[in-house]
Amino acid sequence: MEKLHDFQRFIDAEEKIEPKDWMPDEYRAHNIRQISQHAHSEVIGMQPEGNWITRAPTLRAKKILLAKIQDEGGHGLYLYSAAETLGISRDEMIAQLHAGKAKYSSVFNYPTLNWADIGAIGWLVDGAAVTNQLSLRRTSFGPYSRAMLRICNEESFHQRQGYEIMLKMAKGTPEQKEMAQDALNRWWWPSLMMFGPHDNQSARSTKGMLWKIKRASNDELRQRFIDKTVPQAEFLGLTIPDPKLRWNEATGHYETSDINWEEFNQVIQGNGPCNKERMDHHKQVHAEGAWVREAAAAYAARKQEQLVEV
Amino acid sequence: MTTNQALFQYCLRLGDTNLILGHRLSEMCSRGPMLEEDIALTNFALDHIGQAEALLQYAGKLEGKGRSEDDLSYLRNVEEFENFRLVEQPNTDFAYVIARQFLVDVYQCLLYQKMQKSSDETLAGMGSRFLKESTYHLRHTSGWMERLGLGTDESKRRIQQAINDLWPYTPEMLSVRPYEKELTAQGIIPDAEEIALDWLVQVVRVLSRSGLHKPQDVVVPPPSTHSDHLVRMLAEMQYLQRTYPDARW
Ligand SMILES: [Fe+2]
Ligand SMILES: [Fe+2]
Ligand SMILES: [Fe+2]
Repeated sequence: MEKLHDFQRFIDAEEKIEPKDWMPDEYRAHNIRQISQHAHSEVIGMQPEGNWITRAPTLRAKKILLAKIQDEGGHGLYLYSAAETLGISRDEMIAQLHAGKAKYSSVFNYPTLNWADIGAIGWLVDGAAVTNQLSLRRTSFGPYSRAMLRICNEESFHQRQGYEIMLKMAKGTPEQKEMAQDALNRWWWPSLMMFGPHDNQSARSTKGMLWKIKRASNDELRQRFIDKTVPQAEFLGLTIPDPKLRWNEATGHYETSDINWEEFNQVIQGNGPCNKERMDHHKQVHAEGAWVREAAAAYAARKQEQLVEV
Repeated sequence: MTTNQALFQYCLRLGDTNLILGHRLSEMCSRGPMLEEDIALTNFALDHIGQAEALLQYAGKLEGKGRSEDDLSYLRNVEEFENFRLVEQPNTDFAYVIARQFLVDVYQCLLYQKMQKSSDETLAGMGSRFLKESTYHLRHTSGWMERLGLGTDESKRRIQQAINDLWPYTPEMLSVRPYEKELTAQGIIPDAEEIALDWLVQVVRVLSRSGLHKPQDVVVPPPSTHSDHLVRMLAEMQYLQRTYPDARW
């Protein structure tokens, strides 16, 4: 009890918790869940965008997309390492993902149907991610906070590059503009869903806020993203797919229709358009790589033995 | 053939090889046996596409018809591509990806080492820039040759199989094109025959260190034309540019 009291005082003083510090089991579990989910999201997110690498329309576009996806893989690595400091291995985390016990962001369960989707993902999905991650730089667990610091700059860069693609498409031929609008229509709502359920529906929010793992509520972050993004869509000359969208002079915020929570729940439960495809891909690649990982391990063990013998 | 025309052909050959190899590697994105390797292969893809960009841009300039590196990449037909046949071979499994890359890495390291000393300033600059990248690639793939060759029975079997299957495409990579002779004599491009000799020595050294053997020399070489694989790759790569010719990306 005394320990828990000190722990809370420490957190309230905005100090960072480090892996070797005492922490409540629930704090540890909460962080493992959140950080591993974040890591899985980075890795699964490589698939929808990776889908267009081989069709990128210019060498420059191909290089930018490759570099972006490489960054996301790097974020995954970095986050897996942060979670490992809490006493879970990457293998265990991947096993949890495959067993459906660990989740990843619902947004990556949608297909990428045209080149403007690559723009829309950077602009909206990385844009939503960065809104969330900017606030997570102040999260109370040290390794997670530092990972966010490092990742945020890259995510902002991805967002600008995505917006640049949207700009080219929106100002391009009528067909390109159509692709841009189509991509916005399909990615707008999934991006808003990325922030999670409404605050009064979110079971974990309270403890997360008390322990300063989360630093802003789902609805606050979502509103921040909407207010920032609507004018950007206007600049592109594209229409946000929400007939009820309007500026509220009194509150200084945009008002929107409510999210289709039934769709959100379905995607979370594994019934989105691409859930099966994403997981099958990850499992298949993991299984196909087993012989390579075994060979690397066997070789490393042999080298170790040789060192001991000498 | 003028010197410029010959050099144009040469830059196409090197540029296309990088373009197609980079494309093959980019297909591996999200398909690596572990996340670290996924990232490494994506990184190699980026390097090769960057090399292709520079070489094809120079080719376009030499040709003098106003074609950009993108025009050359996205608007030529399969029979106009000059890449090594080796690099269009598919990513059958990780062993093929590594074996193909290793065979090319050895070649490119030797090539770029010599290219640094070209009397053509542009080529010399590219040589020293690309050499850094290829040296890193070769260190990485030689490491994997050894790990797979000396790892498990299965990995040894797979990497030997990949080397055996890809070996028939190496004479074409090492061959000297008729237009090269004059360029070599003028000190503009490296001597491909010298590269071929050094290449064999270096490849055999890594193979034997990895417990692998050099395949039998090729008696009947595969057809010198491109493969069906390349046709399919180009269809995918060129899809947007071909479908929307008026669009700017
Ligand atoms: Fe991301
Ligand atoms: Fe990321
Ligand atoms: Fe990103």
